[in-house]
Amino acid sequence: MTGYRLPAGGAVDRTRPLGFTFDGRDRSGFAGDTLASALIAAGVRVVGRSFKYHRPRGIYSAGPEEPSALVQLGRGPWSEPNVRATQVDLYAGLEASPVNVWPSLRFDAGAINQFLSPLLVAGFYYKTFLGPRGWWRRVYEPAIRRMAGMGKAPDEPDPDLYDHAHVHADLLVVGAGPAGLAAARAAAAAGIRVVLADDGAQAGGDLLTSSATIEGRPGAAWAAETAAALGAMSDVTVLSRTTVLGLYDHGYAVAVERRTDHRPPGACPGHARQRVWHVRAARTIVAAGSHERPLLFAGNDRPGVMLSGAVRTYARRFGVACGRSPVFVTNNDSAYVAAIALADAGVPPVALVDLRPVPPPAASKALADRGVEILAGRVPVAVHGRAGVRGIDVRALDGDRTTGSLRRLECDLVAVSGGWNPAVHLLGQLRAGLTWDEAHATFRPETLPAGLAVAGAAGGTFSLAGCIAAGHAAGEDASAAARGRGGRRPVPATAPEEEAETPLLPFWGLSQGSRGKAFVDLQNDVTAADIALAAREGFHSVEHVKRYTTSGMGTDQGKLGNVTTVALLSRALARPMGETGTTTYRAPYVPVAYGALAGRHVGALFDPERITPIHARHVAAHAVFENVGQWKRPHYFPRNAEDMARAVERECRAVRGAVGMMDASTLGKIEVRGPDAARFLDRFYVNPIASLVVGACRYGVMCREDGMVFDDGVVMRLAPDRFFVTTTTGGAARVLDWFEEWHQTEWPELKVFSTSVTEQWATVAVAGPRSRDVLARLMPEADLSAAAFAFMTFRDVTVAGMPARLARVSFSGELAFEISVEGTLGEAMWDAVAEAGAPFGITPYGTEAMHVLRAEKGFFMVGHETDGTVTPIDLGLERMVAKRKDFLGKRSLSRDDTARSDRKQLVALLPDDPGTLLDEGAQLVDEAVLRTPMPMVGHVTSSYRSAALGRTFALALIRNGRARIGERVYAPLVRPAAGEMMVSAVIAEPVLYDPSGARRDG
Amino acid sequence: MLLIPCPWCGRREETEFANGGEAHIARPADPAALSQEEWAAYVFLRDNPKGWMRERWFHAHGCRRWFNLVRHTVTHEIAAAYPPGAPPPPLPGEAA
Ligand SMILES: [Zn+2]
Repeated sequence: MTGYRLPAGGAVDRTRPLGFTFDGRDRSGFAGDTLASALIAAGVRVVGRSFKYHRPRGIYSAGPEEPSALVQLGRGPWSEPNVRATQVDLYAGLEASPVNVWPSLRFDAGAINQFLSPLLVAGFYYKTFLGPRGWWRRVYEPAIRRMAGMGKAPDEPDPDLYDHAHVHADLLVVGAGPAGLAAARAAAAAGIRVVLADDGAQAGGDLLTSSATIEGRPGAAWAAETAAALGAMSDVTVLSRTTVLGLYDHGYAVAVERRTDHRPPGACPGHARQRVWHVRAARTIVAAGSHERPLLFAGNDRPGVMLSGAVRTYARRFGVACGRSPVFVTNNDSAYVAAIALADAGVPPVALVDLRPVPPPAASKALADRGVEILAGRVPVAVHGRAGVRGIDVRALDGDRTTGSLRRLECDLVAVSGGWNPAVHLLGQLRAGLTWDEAHATFRPETLPAGLAVAGAAGGTFSLAGCIAAGHAAGEDASAAARGRGGRRPVPATAPEEEAETPLLPFWGLSQGSRGKAFVDLQNDVTAADIALAAREGFHSVEHVKRYTTSGMGTDQGKLGNVTTVALLSRALARPMGETGTTTYRAPYVPVAYGALAGRHVGALFDPERITPIHARHVAAHAVFENVGQWKRPHYFPRNAEDMARAVERECRAVRGAVGMMDASTLGKIEVRGPDAARFLDRFYVNPIASLVVGACRYGVMCREDGMVFDDGVVMRLAPDRFFVTTTTGGAARVLDWFEEWHQTEWPELKVFSTSVTEQWATVAVAGPRSRDVLARLMPEADLSAAAFAFMTFRDVTVAGMPARLARVSFSGELAFEISVEGTLGEAMWDAVAEAGAPFGITPYGTEAMHVLRAEKGFFMVGHETDGTVTPIDLGLERMVAKRKDFLGKRSLSRDDTARSDRKQLVALLPDDPGTLLDEGAQLVDEAVLRTPMPMVGHVTSSYRSAALGRTFALALIRNGRARIGERVYAPLVRPAAGEMMVSAVIAEPVLYDPSGARRDG
Repeated sequence: MLLIPCPWCGRREETEFANGGEAHIARPADPAALSQEEWAAYVFLRDNPKGWMRERWFHAHGCRRWFNLVRHTVTHEIAAAYPPGAPPPPLPGEAA
């Protein structure tokens, strides 16, 4: 219990206490706290265990870079894992628990990992868990997953709403610190449209913590007033609690706004919890600030070691002291500001340890005046205390070694500063060029793509006056560019001049003279020794080192450790930092909930559902539906308690024995019209189309230019210049696009146009030997005999009093008709057919029965028997392929590879055991005894039980299959009961049912 | 995400478009007369430059028209948009 609430100060509302629980214990904070500030004020020290070594860890930062204070927030459907406590605004009743504490926060068996640590070095998961065989799945992985913790995903649907908003602007400003506010103010004053996004609840950034004044006003008040004035302007959108996740090309940015997360779960019904903003801005100014860098020394991860800036933030913004006796350790000036703030808040530091031999004169005098000892030219060599700092040892620093005697400093808080890294992440995402800034020992942006600017600390400008000047200039430039004018107005905002910086002393840890682990990445437990080991093992690219050591791969994505990793790698390889470079910056800048990205596209709105005009009839008939593309199609129509197999068998028997009816409305339909329509279609289909006479239909197949089957369907010629083309259910859009592409880009001289009419028609297929009898009842005066109404012809007629197009096409091999009517008449036609067919026992059938029936006839299905590597020849369609005309893909059919005789060819398979069903997708081999590896000669494409055949059968693509009719192949299958088994089957001609085609005419 | 200037609709979001690969690959007039290598080059081989490229786009969720873009494949700068059949403009830095 070392952190506590200061008697005064901070922006929290001490009149509004808020109760919450952490790790099952009741705690209390104030309105305005974050979960992290309330936990520190409550004296909580250990908030989690580290990932690999399970070392106790405390709150380390006050921002999105927090590596240790990850909590499981909320319960039930609102439960959210791995939330950074520094980013959670406190509300009454908040429930949080640590995520990585197996088996408990206070006692954890994982701590024995510290003694196993020689096994857990860089790349340990590539090295340690290699054998024995099978142990990874059964032993290692479950154990690692349990010990690694990392929170639990909720197992109930997310009850919250999320939405998306789109906004266009002349300028997006990222960050509302001094630079961002100055930029937005300058730009907005010129009247351009500005979006200002800031991740904090209040604008101000560092001003919320600083004691500086701007234009004679306290910084925080200036920020609040400036933001309020901007928010009141009609062309300015100020978004608070909004983090820009990514910058993309052409001024596109994605940000997430947390709208209700600061309220209890469920407290804002009807309001979107988070909103994703899609911003398209002509220009973007990144004023995202900077992140403080840790210092590398043994024990730098102990609870009580924190970033110096965070210690200052907790004191000044939240009125919370992170300890009673702080020691500051720094290599730069910024820790002096923090130490003075602590002293002035009534928490006098024990000492300030400055690695530099000569401390900054004015700042050290200010600190000395407050009675704080300054130890210049020293460095920590050890941290005492396991679950909380009790003291540190310092020695004199000489390069990267130590000299002289040890001095122990009793303290409960070590506030460190290793310098500041500009938050270049968003800039890096847009391929901004970074350069190594020797003075600040960090990367800063150097070259920026057009339309992108940077201001303030993100650009390597760290003084307040400099930030304001840079922001103002960037805002002026943006407005001038937007209005097409040049020239900048002078900076109106003034901040007091600050003492010139004393140069930072780059420090990347001691090479010797200290024992224990010095952590580079606290979240993934990566130490300085791990980086050095990776370099010794030959990992020289920073991208490889990152992945091998996992440095920077946690939720903070290297915000704390990346620059240190680069420095250590550069030192190990004795090469300049700039040559090592950084890893690639990628969105998102902070973790984002899937729910937010999904927005309203969930549940029924996830994807459009397409239903046919007859859909309500299928629902009423209790059809089981399947998804075919976006369509809902009846899969089968179970009666009573039938299972799928029985229902499908009954439906198949009805079609083969009497008559069935099916909703075929989903087939894609395209009208192709124009004087050149016939010539146009002839170039797509492998078979001749131009020769088709009006009133006739023809089945056709299309290929891509590589000769592979692309789609198929029936083409009807309605008039000399007018064709009606059907496509597969899933291929309608693809085929229309394909027609458009060739027409627009290659054959614009052809007078033709293509129109989708899929939704304009409803189609009822009537199939089976009694189908003619059903039609006869619907149109008594018509002659439907085979002689009068030939197979593959159609006519426009009246069916049951409705205008209809009647076609004699069959996908089952039976006598069959397709009745197409205007969509609005679909239900009426379905009802009429059902009624007319009742005396014959007409049976609705679904897509599964349709599949069985077509497969019995050896009819291939695009997407089942074809997969983009199958030619018409492979499917046995060589007689269909036109010899005398060219068509798309024709030349490819005579390429050496496509003309091979040993390609996989379509055949049927009859399992030796007529009750055994082969698995679709099963690989086929030539040998009865399983061995690995063994050559695979083909695969099963469709497999069904056939009532008509009285057995199971399959379609398959088998190498050289057509020459192997009668031979036996084997399918290695795994069955739950029998385990691994080999199923033997005989290769057969693909048409198993009615090979002569006698049933077609009834 | 790109902002693509459709020659007919003006600048629209990339999500409305489909990319059609390298532009100005004419379909051979007589495929049967081509050698295997020539046909394979037409069907399979495309340039993949790091830099300026002329490429085809389809405004699939807009006017449904095809057109060509001159785009830099690294910076995504767009130098020109022109209808199919129009003469290809010079690439930036190239003599006209
Ligand atoms: Zn367009």
